[in-house]
Amino acid sequence: MEHGSYKNPSASTFSLSEEDHTLANSLRFVLNKDPRVTFCGYSIPHPSEAKVNIRVQTTGDHASEVLKDSCQNLMNICEHVRNTFENAVDEYRNSEATDSMAITH
Amino acid sequence: MPELPEHLELKRTRVSCNFDAPTDTEPILYSGAYASMGVDNTNMEDFFKNFKIKINRLTEDEIEFDMVGIDAALANAFRRILIAEVPTMAIEKVFIANNTSVIQDEVLAHRLGLIPLNVDPRLFEYKSEKDLPNEKNTIVFGLHARCERGAPRNTVKSDELKWLPNGSEFLLATEDNDSDPAAKARTYTSFSCGQDSLPEFSVNPICARHPDITIARLGPGQEIELEAHAVKGVGKEHAKWSPVATAWYRMLPEVVLLQDVYDEKAEKLVRKCPVNVFDIEDVANGRKAVVARPRACTLCRECIREEGWDQYVALRRKRDHFIFTIESTGALPPEVLFTEAVKILEDKCERVITELS
Repeated sequence: MEHGSYKNPSASTFSLSEEDHTLANSLRFVLNKDPRVTFCGYSIPHPSEAKVNIRVQTTGDHASEVLKDSCQNLMNICEHVRNTFENAVDEYRNSEATDSMAITH
Repeated sequence: MPELPEHLELKRTRVSCNFDAPTDTEPILYSGAYASMGVDNTNMEDFFKNFKIKINRLTEDEIEFDMVGIDAALANAFRRILIAEVPTMAIEKVFIANNTSVIQDEVLAHRLGLIPLNVDPRLFEYKSEKDLPNEKNTIVFGLHARCERGAPRNTVKSDELKWLPNGSEFLLATEDNDSDPAAKARTYTSFSCGQDSLPEFSVNPICARHPDITIARLGPGQEIELEAHAVKGVGKEHAKWSPVATAWYRMLPEVVLLQDVYDEKAEKLVRKCPVNVFDIEDVANGRKAVVARPRACTLCRECIREEGWDQYVALRRKRDHFIFTIESTGALPPEVLFTEAVKILEDKCERVITELS
């Protein structure tokens, strides 16, 4: 990962290689929900280069810290999505099982 | 906590589909967007409280579920990962010993690559260019089909791909053949053990997912003899590794009658809709149109196309409600595919965190 400027730690551009809209847009969403962030956006400089630039500007905190927290938040969200999904599948299977039993009786 | 006025709440939570173009398509993400009205747009805690999933349909290779309370950025990330980044096994190298059929070698190899294989890719490793093919990264299939002279034409189907658990049976050409005839001749793979000795494959032998995919048709006297090596890969390199036929979502349609519609006008409205969203109910003061099946709405906008009808009907979409469908090609069941996709997004975050620290 490359860093833009080191002069002002509250405004940085992070360049992620081997990533695309999948991660960058999700991170943009989570970063924008963080009250410490004043501006956040991303761009893909060239479509045939697997690289995204994520710009983060904060109210004063280190942009890298804020980005790290956002990644952690996104991981927590994903974990919650996964658990909710697995519960929903179990619930569906159980209801299907009781339904099919009701038919055989 | 103060609430947003109705017109802003509508813009925040709905996409409007007007007769000419949709409006309010972009979600308002910024946490301080409504700060001047005392409303917090962060609501991360709300997500953990309100996020819901309900399975509508689950079969061997298809799932449809409702995902409520999540942003399109994440729903789209899951969809993109499902299509391009969840790994599967697919035939990558084909060694053709003999092919006298009318189908050319390269076309045949391409057809073989697209055949879905019934094997869990999580049991295998990626094979890089410099790795030797071994039992952990390669699956070998043999195919030998011929049509005898005088026999009618026959069709080679995917069930004729025979899994070779001990690896390749084709010998490597070596320069010093006569140096040590007792030494075991080397083949195109270097398996240290047979894959069929592993417990996960002995009960569930590897084969093509569907036995009836046509590979080639042979005329009398024609023959195909080849070996196909399958490796692990992801859909963004080649679509043959994509674990889904398609994965898609749509936002929940919302059809609202802005004014009561009665009698002849109601019947006209019912006739307008090609997917029967509206019904007629008998009430005290006449026959009234009601929205009976909003989920069926395809937002074709036929009901508001005629002049003035957008005064009666509003077509909207709920911004945070997704009807998500996954069609698996068969390597993994669809519900496993989704959990795998979410895990991959987590791994991506993990990677960024380690690079930042």
